[in-house]
Amino acid sequence: MPAESRRASPTPDPDVVGRSHPAHLLFVLPYFLVFIVLVAVPLGLGAWLSFQEYDMLGGYGGYIGFANYADLWKDRIFLGAVRNTIWFVIITTPTFVIIGLFLALTLNNAWRRSAILRSIFFGSSVLSVTIVTLVWRLVYMPDRGLLQNVFGVFGLAAPNFMTTEYLALPGIAIVTVWWIIGLPMMLFLAALQQIPAEIYEAAALDNASRWRMLTRITLPAIRRTIVLVALIEVILQFQLFGQANLITNGGPNNASRPIVMFIYEAGFRDWALGYAAAASQVLFVLMLGAAALQLWLTRQRPEAG
Amino acid sequence: MGGIALRHLAKSFGSVEVIRDLSLDIASGEFIVFLGPSGCGKSTLLRMIAGLEEASAGEIAIDGVRVDALPPGRRGVAMVFQHYALYPHMSVRENMAFGLRNVGQSQDEIERRIAEAARILEIGHLLERKPSQLSGGQRQRVAIGRAIVKEPKAFLFDEPLSNLDAALRSRTRIELARLHQQMKSTMVFVTHDQVEAMTMATRIAVMNHGRIEQVGAPMDIYRRPATRFVAGFIGTPAMNFVPVTPVGGRSGQTVVRLPDGSEVATAILDYGISGDGELELGVRAEHIAAGGGIPARAEVVERLGDRTLVHARLGDGTVLVFEDAGDSRVAIGDPVGLAIDGARVHLFDANGAAHHAG
Repeated sequence: MPAESRRASPTPDPDVVGRSHPAHLLFVLPYFLVFIVLVAVPLGLGAWLSFQEYDMLGGYGGYIGFANYADLWKDRIFLGAVRNTIWFVIITTPTFVIIGLFLALTLNNAWRRSAILRSIFFGSSVLSVTIVTLVWRLVYMPDRGLLQNVFGVFGLAAPNFMTTEYLALPGIAIVTVWWIIGLPMMLFLAALQQIPAEIYEAAALDNASRWRMLTRITLPAIRRTIVLVALIEVILQFQLFGQANLITNGGPNNASRPIVMFIYEAGFRDWALGYAAAASQVLFVLMLGAAALQLWLTRQRPEAG
Repeated sequence: MGGIALRHLAKSFGSVEVIRDLSLDIASGEFIVFLGPSGCGKSTLLRMIAGLEEASAGEIAIDGVRVDALPPGRRGVAMVFQHYALYPHMSVRENMAFGLRNVGQSQDEIERRIAEAARILEIGHLLERKPSQLSGGQRQRVAIGRAIVKEPKAFLFDEPLSNLDAALRSRTRIELARLHQQMKSTMVFVTHDQVEAMTMATRIAVMNHGRIEQVGAPMDIYRRPATRFVAGFIGTPAMNFVPVTPVGGRSGQTVVRLPDGSEVATAILDYGISGDGELELGVRAEHIAAGGGIPARAEVVERLGDRTLVHARLGDGTVLVFEDAGDSRVAIGDPVGLAIDGARVHLFDANGAAHHAG
């Protein structure tokens, strides 16, 4: 074995690939510095801030222990925001997975028509949240919106997503899915194209129905991508802010107020930075927990299968 | 049972004609090999039989029943793919059971067939493994096992040995030949490797440009190639081809002149093939010997152990490869006199058609 004889030789070659050398740290240094300055330090500062009474307006501050957290626990608006956010993640994440997968399965072919549709579905992702919410406000507008016009043709009244409490979050979810369904679709397309055509041919010779091919060949083959999409969407949708802020402004009656909006208002409207930082820590723990849960679930699966 | 009849098959991809008007009868129990260079249409032909490609025209019948309108699963054939195409997330056992479950086979019967296939292929100890835990040769056996359990009317093999290393390839070749003798089922095998074709086939169909150039038993094709293409494709080293001029018949047999002026008296009847004058002489290395009257000089000497291949240049620059004994003493630069066995040579006319002695 050449590798072993090299290791055994009395004077090791300093140029051998794979040997560690202090100077190699230089290669990691640029990223490491950015990570320290822009991620680690703010994270630590945020945690420290959450234990402070820190009023930007009054200009005073001081250590108050867990008081911010205790206040949050009693703050009905905050608890509502947590509930709203979790509910929003629960309704959007499976929707992203199911619709993204459906679009990818439908458009995974070489037809020109599919190429055009892929571009269209992905196209909305490049729009900014302001444009997207503007468009959808025109759709949802109670009297003259597109939705009302369509329902009006049949003599019906359109559901009012912007002013009905239980419809506000689903309305925002529809906007969000429409806006960024392109990424899950593309990830699923990439995964589908990794499956060799020969396997489907073997399945065709094995008399597999379309349903059997989907459940026994396709889905197992792209399981990792399904997990990835779910993970990305959970992390992304926990941070809901722009759409809720611009479409419903958290209303009606706080029915669509998400955590990030609560943080924004506490920090930059009420200038209670410590309180906002504490809320941020709660969001951080929620996201960490959801991501960890998913990773744990996926690590369990291979043994079972 | 298990005979396959192909009638006037054609296949085009857009404006590219891949198979043109091809007809062939494959007898039940036959091991037929479609042999040809890449792009000759042999894989497409196999995939048409399997139902993975739709025929543009023509008919395919298996066991006397037309199948060209049936989906692949209902044609009663099993296929072994070039890259094995095992289902990666299923165990070996599940891979073999999948097709049987899809047609509602009973669990007892599935178990019986898997056990039988595992016994024949000696893969019993691998049944619970996933394909990723198998070596290339083991995957190949599982792919064959997946075909066997279906008890098909015909086995279709699409270059299944091309991903194996040389040693494993020759071993698998022997095993496939043995499997064929054991199972007595129809096997259709596609390859570009003439050694595979020669060693396993009961009949070879040599294909070129979407057409069958010749169908026959391996040695018939080797001894009496129908066209210049077949003559050049079959045999290692490749047959020597030399442009020659006919110099008239001698007692009814054709005599030709090589470019260097030497004459070769062939045993091929002179029935006017020398008509328009454009002729090519084809002769295999083993039918040229040292110790004759055609002057040449050894240029390259390839020692293969059991025999020696000598590349010899004639006076006019023509190079002929001939076979000498394993312990040949010919060295590079040596002058050699060549003798061409006129009884074993072939003549190819301007259309590429072959003419043989006898």
